[in-house]
Amino acid sequence: MASKPKTTKAKAPKPKLAFYWASSCGGCEITITELGMRLVDLSELVDIVFWPAAMDFKYDDVKVMKDKEIDICFFNGAIRNSENEEIAHLLRKKSKLMIAFGSCSHLGGIPGLANLFDVETLLERVFDTAPSLDDSRGTRPQLKTRMPEGEIEIPEMYNRVKSLAQTVDVDYFMPGCPPVVDQVWSVFQTILAGELPEKGSVIGAEAKTNCDVCTREKGKSGMRISEFKRPHLTELDPDKCFLTQGVICMGPATRAGCGLPCVNGNMPCRGCYGPPDGVVDQGSKLISAVAALVDTDDPQALREILTGIVDPVGLGYRFGLAESILSDLKYGK
Amino acid sequence: MAKKVTVNQKISIDPITRLEGHGRIDLFLNAEGGLENAYMIIPELRGFEKFCEGRPVEEMPRITQRICGVCPLAHHTAAAKAGDAVYHVDPPPAAKKLRELLYSSFFVADHATHFYVLGGPDFVVGPDAPKSERNILGVVKTVGREIGSQVMQLLSENHEIAKIIGGRYIHPVGALIGGMSKPITEDERTRIEEIARRSIETAQFSLKLFDDVVLGNTEYVDMIKSDAYSHKTYYMGLVDENNKVNFYDGKVRVVDPEGKEFVKYGPDEYLDVIAEHVEPWTYLKFPYLKKVGWKGFVDGKDSGVYRASPLSRLNAADGMATPLAQEAYEKYFKTLGGKPVHATLATHWARLIEILYAAERELELVTDPEITSTNVRTIPTETPTEGVAIVEAPRGTLTHHYKTDENGMLEAVNLVVGTTNNYAAIDMSIKKAAEALIEPGKPVGDAVMNKIEMAFRAYDPCFGCATHAAPGDTPLIVRVFDHERQQVQEIRRD
Repeated sequence: MASKPKTTKAKAPKPKLAFYWASSCGGCEITITELGMRLVDLSELVDIVFWPAAMDFKYDDVKVMKDKEIDICFFNGAIRNSENEEIAHLLRKKSKLMIAFGSCSHLGGIPGLANLFDVETLLERVFDTAPSLDDSRGTRPQLKTRMPEGEIEIPEMYNRVKSLAQTVDVDYFMPGCPPVVDQVWSVFQTILAGELPEKGSVIGAEAKTNCDVCTREKGKSGMRISEFKRPHLTELDPDKCFLTQGVICMGPATRAGCGLPCVNGNMPCRGCYGPPDGVVDQGSKLISAVAALVDTDDPQALREILTGIVDPVGLGYRFGLAESILSDLKYGK
Repeated sequence: MAKKVTVNQKISIDPITRLEGHGRIDLFLNAEGGLENAYMIIPELRGFEKFCEGRPVEEMPRITQRICGVCPLAHHTAAAKAGDAVYHVDPPPAAKKLRELLYSSFFVADHATHFYVLGGPDFVVGPDAPKSERNILGVVKTVGREIGSQVMQLLSENHEIAKIIGGRYIHPVGALIGGMSKPITEDERTRIEEIARRSIETAQFSLKLFDDVVLGNTEYVDMIKSDAYSHKTYYMGLVDENNKVNFYDGKVRVVDPEGKEFVKYGPDEYLDVIAEHVEPWTYLKFPYLKKVGWKGFVDGKDSGVYRASPLSRLNAADGMATPLAQEAYEKYFKTLGGKPVHATLATHWARLIEILYAAERELELVTDPEITSTNVRTIPTETPTEGVAIVEAPRGTLTHHYKTDENGMLEAVNLVVGTTNNYAAIDMSIKKAAEALIEPGKPVGDAVMNKIEMAFRAYDPCFGCATHAAPGDTPLIVRVFDHERQQVQEIRRD
């Protein structure tokens, strides 16, 4: 799925690009601006026709565009509410190519962890039970509020967070929380060279796993884990594979391409680049990869050792719950 | 167009595009065409407080930073400190110093991007300059390419410090419960020292630029001091044991509108001091001082509305802990007529003084003999329970409060986030500026819109913090509706 270069020449004179953020943290915008002077170079080669974070174009400017007038739309953020959804449909209509940019639009991202609860439970915590609330506790945001001066409207929060591909047709997926800046630059180069791969490809990343590219000492073949340790409760050897040390790492279930900044910062991978080629479900892949390393053949002992992995759902699906096999999970309190 | 207006008109500024997340301002006009009321609406909620329940507390520095990709280090640091509190663990001195060094580099970069990209263009290029120039490119044009490059270097080199210590700038990994994931080497230390020295110079240059361009222009000075941009509120900020400004640790000091200490509290006491009010027309809550009470969107000593910003921190403290920043602090209050300063637009100047402090603090920390110590971890041994931590985010005091079970799995999370502190004050500032600027019978034009925006831009609201390093001007559409909801006027600035 990664890269089968197929020439689809970018149209002369200048490709029109759009950037948009839905339910996100803004980190994807900052990674673009981390390009620094390269962004100035880029702005000479393309026309940026919509970028609410940085430029003066409005929703109405997009609405009056012809269909498919934008060549490529980089869309970051998950779909959390009615406004996110409306703009996703609008930009899809106006764009030739739609790129899910960053973990939230790719897989739902960390905001997708909210799918462990229904929206009512989220609102209850924030507006009914948070300890700092005063006696306005219990007041809830209303879609329409009649104030003395007139009516105020706010968007509707949906019950579930969705990825971009669960909302509109997506052409390419660019993973990462956020995508690392060098990958962003290389994707721009690919676009300008007219060398995008076939539709549906993951771009700005590699086909293999982080484990495949990690240079930490993996230990001898036949490595076995007899106990899982939490990172704050154990010494972390900066040269050895985290799994060898019994510290859970998402490396075996995560697509390479980030350059391992977290691992090089001496903390284990948490999987923001999503599953590698050939893997549908990142969390299942983690458990199967790790279970094979556990030092026992006894099912009962295996279960006990695996309970050392605390919060397997919040780990294995940290960035991908909305797109996972658990996406139809029953809500809990 | 000459429809007779019998009830309130509504003007929506929608969308305000330089927001972290999304936002909108609704201005309601009365029958005479003057301002009736103004609302800043935050239409989004992600619910971190709830979905962090069930997660292991040690993952919070890596999860909560996804609240904001512009100020990830504020959440990262607050979460690590709250985790320390939950586990009753005290990190080694070198780890605390590394955290503060990392945090200082973030403050330099974050504040500088606000001054040069968001807030500064209004002054450096001018509030009435053509909108195509009221942005970072216009700033570079005004100050020259060489100085523009110096500013870009300040940003990228401070990002580099964050990468050295924390692995990455956006969503770093360095701080964990009990300390830091790794020490720094002597080579890394040398490089950071070089950057810190250069950062001090650029910070001093920025203050001089403000002096020349803003303080040297009586029109700007009058605008800063004008009543349209002023509110007499309480002020909040973190201070060290000498009541000097500190970003990483200490106690929170609140002063009243006359500048007298109202309360000084530790993280564990925040619920005695802060309460949050809910309004049905927005997804964001309004914190206020509990003992004063919620009296609505009004200022003064009887209203619990407070501000937490660079201006507030300078008002709440007795001074700065580094020599050059202290000099700048003294000049600030001398020029603006003594403490406390109520002028919202003076927040820009306060922010530059804080850049100088953060850069000086970088140098102090990186030349500390202990900074390369390899003892950067204390492994927790006690049973985890509950803990609160406070840091100063660039946009205000940030509180993380966690409660876990005996295995360190989260049972309850409460967050009072930087910009949120200022939410009521931002609403009031917009209203007051709009009241002064919108004249009955006159159309609302570009200059008016920009000057309304300047009222909220001074707070560097996190609604806009994701845009820190991008060129451009806040685009607006203002639509005027008559009483039948027919659009009678549209003004766009694009």
